Amino acid sequence: MATIHVDGKQYDVDGADNLLQACLNLGLDIPYFCWHPALGSVGACRQCAVKSFRDENDKMGRIVMSCMTPASNGTYISIDDEEAKAFRATIVEFLMTNHPHDCPVCEEGGHCHLQDMTVMTQHHSRSYRFTKRTHLNQDLGPFIGHEMNRCISCYRCVRYYKDYAGGTDLGVYGSAANVYFGRAEEGTLESEFSGNLTEVCPTGVFTDKTHSERYTRKWDMQYAPSICASCSVGCNVSPGERYGEIRRVENRYHGELNGYFLCDRGRFGYGYTNLKDRPRHPLIDGATVTSDVALGAARGMINGASKVIAIGSPRASVEANYALRTMVGAASFYDGHATQEGELVKLALQIVRDGPVPATTITAMEDADAVLVLGEDITATAPRMALAVRQAARGKGRALADEKKVSDWQAISLADLLQRDSYPVFVASVDSTRLDDIAHATVRAAPEDLARLGFAVANLLDASSPAVAGLDEATAAQAKAIADALAAAKKPLIISGTGAGSTAVMQAAANIAWALKAKNDATGLALTLPEANSYGLAMLEPQPLADALEALASGAADTLVVLENDLYRRAPKAVVDAALAKVKSLIVIDHTATDATARAQVVLPAATVFEGDGTVVNYEGRAQRHFQVYDPKYYDASLAQVESWRWLAVLEAASGWKILDDITGACATAVSGLAGIVDAAPGAAFRIDGLKIAREPHRYSGRTAMRANQAVSEIRQPVDPDTPLSFSMEGYNGVGGLDRPAALMPYAWAPGWNSPQSWNKFQQEIGGHLRGGDPGKLLFAGGATQAYFTDVPAAFTPSGSGSGFRVLPLHLHFGGDELSSRAEPIRERASTAFVAIARADVARAGVNGHATVSVDGELVQLPTFISDTLPAGTVGLPAGFAGVPFVAYGVDATVSGG
Amino acid sequence: MSTPETVVKLAELTGKTQEAPFVLTDDERHEIEHEIAHYPDARAASIGALKIIQARRGWVPDGALEPVAKMLGIGAAELEGVATFYSLIYRKPVGRHVVKVCDSITCFMVGYEDIKKTLEQHLGITHGQTTADGRFTMLPICCIGACDKGPALMVDDDLHHDLTPDNVVGIVEAYK
Repeated sequence: MATIHVDGKQYDVDGADNLLQACLNLGLDIPYFCWHPALGSVGACRQCAVKSFRDENDKMGRIVMSCMTPASNGTYISIDDEEAKAFRATIVEFLMTNHPHDCPVCEEGGHCHLQDMTVMTQHHSRSYRFTKRTHLNQDLGPFIGHEMNRCISCYRCVRYYKDYAGGTDLGVYGSAANVYFGRAEEGTLESEFSGNLTEVCPTGVFTDKTHSERYTRKWDMQYAPSICASCSVGCNVSPGERYGEIRRVENRYHGELNGYFLCDRGRFGYGYTNLKDRPRHPLIDGATVTSDVALGAARGMINGASKVIAIGSPRASVEANYALRTMVGAASFYDGHATQEGELVKLALQIVRDGPVPATTITAMEDADAVLVLGEDITATAPRMALAVRQAARGKGRALADEKKVSDWQAISLADLLQRDSYPVFVASVDSTRLDDIAHATVRAAPEDLARLGFAVANLLDASSPAVAGLDEATAAQAKAIADALAAAKKPLIISGTGAGSTAVMQAAANIAWALKAKNDATGLALTLPEANSYGLAMLEPQPLADALEALASGAADTLVVLENDLYRRAPKAVVDAALAKVKSLIVIDHTATDATARAQVVLPAATVFEGDGTVVNYEGRAQRHFQVYDPKYYDASLAQVESWRWLAVLEAASGWKILDDITGACATAVSGLAGIVDAAPGAAFRIDGLKIAREPHRYSGRTAMRANQAVSEIRQPVDPDTPLSFSMEGYNGVGGLDRPAALMPYAWAPGWNSPQSWNKFQQEIGGHLRGGDPGKLLFAGGATQAYFTDVPAAFTPSGSGSGFRVLPLHLHFGGDELSSRAEPIRERASTAFVAIARADVARAGVNGHATVSVDGELVQLPTFISDTLPAGTVGLPAGFAGVPFVAYGVDATVSGG
Repeated sequence: MSTPETVVKLAELTGKTQEAPFVLTDDERHEIEHEIAHYPDARAASIGALKIIQARRGWVPDGALEPVAKMLGIGAAELEGVATFYSLIYRKPVGRHVVKVCDSITCFMVGYEDIKKTLEQHLGITHGQTTADGRFTMLPICCIGACDKGPALMVDDDLHHDLTPDNVVGIVEAYK
């Protein structure tokens, strides 16, 4: 703690902070550009100047940059000092000499940090009368627009992209007043985290290109607190809607998960919800019908069935899955994961919920000082974790700075001290990963061998964990290096998950974490899961999917209800075809047209995550609520998509569920592990000052004319019985105070702060937890010590001859995720389907450019990718890609020249 | 609907012509490796490597960035950052002789503008341009340490000082 004096008032602050951060923490506004809570201070822009005094008697003082000055005890400063104010006004004018002042046509306008700071410094007339320097812009790919003329040279973009996110293809060129930020050559930005540039850039140089074509100002969009559906991390997002379309997804700060940053799949993958060919009306045999007719038909099918079973979904909410389970009974409720994936999720639950090491938050991962990633390409399967691991590796800079008594916000000093050093990161995976660039060592092996490596590491850490028989010398040496680094670390972190498709890999990871935990309480663990609500589904204890398909194929059940699930992604085509061929009635509730909806007699159109309310459980076991962003019916009364749980509540009239709280409450009561879901966010009755919370900014415009093409009179705004949010600009909007519960923050805005920087107004301390606590409710209370897993697998032996190859799933950031891969910009970024084959196996398989791959009787022809890293005897298929057959773990394929 | 063309294609505007693919010579590669060996971190040899390319080719062609960056273990963007930061690393072809006219405060006070005007009239080019015959390129340079003898300029590696509009033409004309 330190006492500082600002404009004659005394404050207690954290002496480890710089003055800018300390003052912002106190709620005092100092304008700034180059400083960012996640990026530290460089003192580049000079905007945060304040007057510093030697002591209380010093009346002269001197100008200092608050971001570069420690908030040490006994500091006397003035923000209001006339000279400091004049200095700051001069700086912003100087920074803007070349700025085009094109706010009316700039897509940053209305959420622009430069606008906010210009207003704050009261620079309202410019004196520069000369020619402005102009730049040519680059096409940076489908995500990011580039308009260099707006640049004020704060360097935040390169500091984020290169230093923070590890990108290598964005740079800064030239010097002094002639500086250009872009790629060395025009082309798509390669980093999977490029989208954050749109929020990091304080002005409109980098803007969201997916938003550009259907652009709406920030104040004219309707928002809701939402959860990203693209992976199991559950990043908090703020989607914006106008005219019944999602127009943009921005980061919604969460102090323990995403912080300030999202991945590109999560940010730019929303387009599936706007697709015109999505089911938006109920269908019977492909023909549009009314909701009543469809429900009547569905009821008839269910009542007339000899046996009804249901298949849930890891991409649907807990409420939807619970409603389905209630309707058919727990014994007839089946897992929506592929059978083996379901097993893996159950195992993950057992390790994380019941074991001694709970899941580590993303923020805590950044503090790790040794990381082992076992079996995963986390940049694809849980991207936000990969960004956190990059910070962990860089974290050594903080330690070096601490030794030298340098403050950790001194970003340049940290980088100079660190050079290319880093904390150890080990990546053991089936093929090369997008984190290899920071790895101290990489291991490429089949899942069995990755598991053996893991078990060997655990055995080195604790001899009472099972030993690995017959380990080769090289693997033993690798295990030793990894074990030594983890044992020496203050905060070791193990990341594994379901991505390799192997229970043994996850068990080995658990053994390592548990062995470390016995010696080091700060041991971290995280297991990635297949989908956004994998845990939520698993905690409802569904029966294995294979049993459902078997029951259908054998005729034991004749009617099937499928919830938000494309069965063809979950089992071999032949197996699904055989099961569905025997089904008398197939009812599918989904928001997306899939091979399963195409086979259904009745399709009930579901709401996407943007159109409905629900709860999902992330990899930590954190229940998080996503709220409906807008009501489609407001624009077109014929639209029928509603939450799946709402369809099921109507079908199951006896349930008595009317609103979200009814079903969430019923589920919490019925399923003991899910008791906490009611606390994920305040219920529908919550009010502030008697008001609901407004989804629309108070400056929202044009509402009266929105439906003028249909009718001149303005209809009543939709009523939201399910949540404490209103579909309106009327309601509580935080103007009078900043005390909304974090789970109910639709978007970030504070008086004078229109840009995403306004999140800093809602934190307990800058860059820390949100006021009132970060959103969500952890469902796992902490487990107990478990016995080590003992099933050490035998080493993988390639078949060596013939055309048989073990198939390994390859996860890619773009293209494998079911929903985002339907969004046009993501499709543009995704590679085409391929089969990867080890260079050593090319001759054996006889492939040349193309290969014919046969798995479970399904035959596909794919272009070949020759890999120098894939283990011999295996082929890699991109998981979840269109045109790639479903492959269960451990299955062999025959591969031949195409 | 496809995305409307909202950005100008840099390559089209700058009229870049198709150049033959760039190949590092064995000689260049060897010398860059030698340079790298001087430092604990290969990245530190960035300037040296660029100078090696420039010494042989007169400038640093676009195609050199990728292979040289690879040798240094950095991205082409980072190397281009270094190349463009230093005004004496040329990222465009220059003439056989580069005339660097000092425009720092001292030279400015003692007649830089007259020298510049004389050169412009004589050579028919201004800063940043190359004569049509490829003989001279004219560039500004800020301080070459000859303030007591200004105005001053450099032609290639030679310093010329105490310039006047009368003697400067003869000085540059000595360079064929």
